[in-house]
Formats: sequence, structure tokens, C-alpha cells
Amino acid sequence: MLDTFIDITLLAFLTTTAIAIIKVRNLFVVIMLFSIFSLHSAGLFVVMDAADVAFTEAAVGAGISTVLMLATLALTKDHDEKRPTHHARLPLLVVLITGAALVYGTYDIPSFGDPHSPAQEHVKPYYIEHSMEDTGVANTVTAVLASYRGYDTLGEVTVIFTAGIGVMLLIGGRLTRKRNKEDDR
Amino acid sequence: MKHNLVLRFITKYLFPVIALFALYVQFHGDYGPGGGFQAGVILSVAFILYAMVFGMETIEQVLPLRVLRILASTGVLIYSGTGIITLLMGGNFLDYDILSLRPIQGQHIGIMVIELGVGITVSAVMLIIFYAFSDRRNHD
Repeated sequence: MLDTFIDITLLAFLTTTAIAIIKVRNLFVVIMLFSIFSLHSAGLFVVMDAADVAFTEAAVGAGISTVLMLATLALTKDHDEKRPTHHARLPLLVVLITGAALVYGTYDIPSFGDPHSPAQEHVKPYYIEHSMEDTGVANTVTAVLASYRGYDTLGEVTVIFTAGIGVMLLIGGRLTRKRNKEDDR
Repeated sequence: MKHNLVLRFITKYLFPVIALFALYVQFHGDYGPGGGFQAGVILSVAFILYAMVFGMETIEQVLPLRVLRILASTGVLIYSGTGIITLLMGGNFLDYDILSLRPIQGQHIGIMVIELGVGITVSAVMLIIFYAFSDRRNHD
């Protein structure tokens, strides 16, 4: 009962925030609304007992990405989104049809927490039954991420590392600036 | 924001709390939610908050970009190095059982070390990205 009430409240907030994001033209406000949107999503993940995902969403979605978007906004001059000059009828049609198809697709998704869904019956029973004796780690999520799927996590860390290098190469031009300064002298 | 007394005061006292919480998330990931990735993000948030209030120069004195670049690669090196060590000790890549005489203890060591690698890389990369953006704003 309480779960349903919290779900409805959070989803209502989420929808309101989404509509506000579409309506508001000031980009600073939009970024803040994105942050609130992430926080509500994190709340929904907590209700769904996915504490690790909620933690990541709150830290990355509501925290870091908001700061980075604000930093990006500070680089631009125009803080207001331009008003569209024409009505986008064709894109609206495409979005409506795609949305309808997606909603139709949800009828084939197993219901939430269904013990017989494919995701629950593949390797998950093994992880739940054996992760404690295999790794001695109480948090099954950590056991899967760090031990059973350690190879994937290595890949993820490499992706983050590559992202950092990419940003440094694209806009972190401190070395070139120093060189330019020396050239100016 | 340099002259706002309330912000300066709060930031000064929040910084150690956030950093401590990051360490808690880092080393408590075995038992509660969280792990290296979340801890790295939280630790970088502490530094970003400090930089936003006290200015980039203060933070760059403690963590210059060249240190961050070394840290970012160190994390990946720790992670992949653990894999190489398990290979050299005769196990499979990232097979922590081999790290200690007792497989469970080996798993504990392995998970602790690679989570540390993840945390170091993530916090360094987040700060590198933040530096890249705010540095552009200050100079261009």
C-alpha cells in the first residue's frame, strides 16, 4: 500500500519535472530540473530495492553531471533556448507512434519481480546461492561486479579512463596554451 | 562565491565529511551499497565543491592536473595489474582465489584492490573533466 503511494507520488513528480523541462526556456532552470529528475529516479530505484543503482544515479545523475552541465552553460553566452519558429507536426507524429509502440511493447515485459522471468532464472540463482561461499562478500552486487564479472568492470574503468583522455585532448588544452604564451613572447 | 561567508564556512566543514563518506563507501562496498565507482564520484564532488567556493587555484595547488593524470592511469594499472599478478601466480586473469592460501581471503584482497583502482581512476577522471571545463572558462 505504502509502496504504491510512494510509487505514484514519485512518478507524478517525475512526470511534472519532465513536462517542466520541455516548457521552460531558461537553460539554467532546465539543468536544475534535470538534476531533480535524476534525484526522483534515484528515489524510484530505492523503492525498487536497487540501492546500488540508486546510489550511482544520485551521485552521477544528480551530482556530477549537473556540475558539468553548469560548467558547460558558463562557457556559452546565450542562457535562453531559442523559441521554435514553426510547429513540429511530423516529429510529434513520429514520437507519438514510437511511444505507442514502446507502450505496446511493455505488455510483453514480465511483471516486476516475476520469479520466472528470464533474468531471474539464468545465472541469478547461482549468484544468490553461492556468492557468499565463493567470495565471502555480503553484497551480491559487489560480488558480481568485482569478482564474477571483474573483466567487464575492468572494461568499464578503461572506458572512464578513455573518456578522461578524450576530454583532455578536446578541451583541456593547457599544454598548448602554455606553448602559445611562450610563442607570444 | 569567494566572499560568501556562509558558503565558505559550510564548505570548509562539509569537505572532510564528504571525503570521509567517500572512503566509507569505498571500503564498505563489500557489505552495503556502493563501491569504487560511487566512492570515486563522491570524493571528486568534495573537491569540486571546494573549488566552486574557494576558486580553482586553491584546489590546483593540492591536485595539479599532472598528478590527476598519473592518478587516473594508476587506477587502471592497479586493476589490470591485479589481473596480471593472478596470471603470474598461475591462475586465470582476475582469478583472486590464487592471491592467498585461502580462496575467500584471496577474493577479499582482490576485490578490495580492484575497487581501490576503480575509485582512484573515477575520482581522477571526474576531476580532470571538471578542470577541463572550468579552466576554459577562466582563460578563454
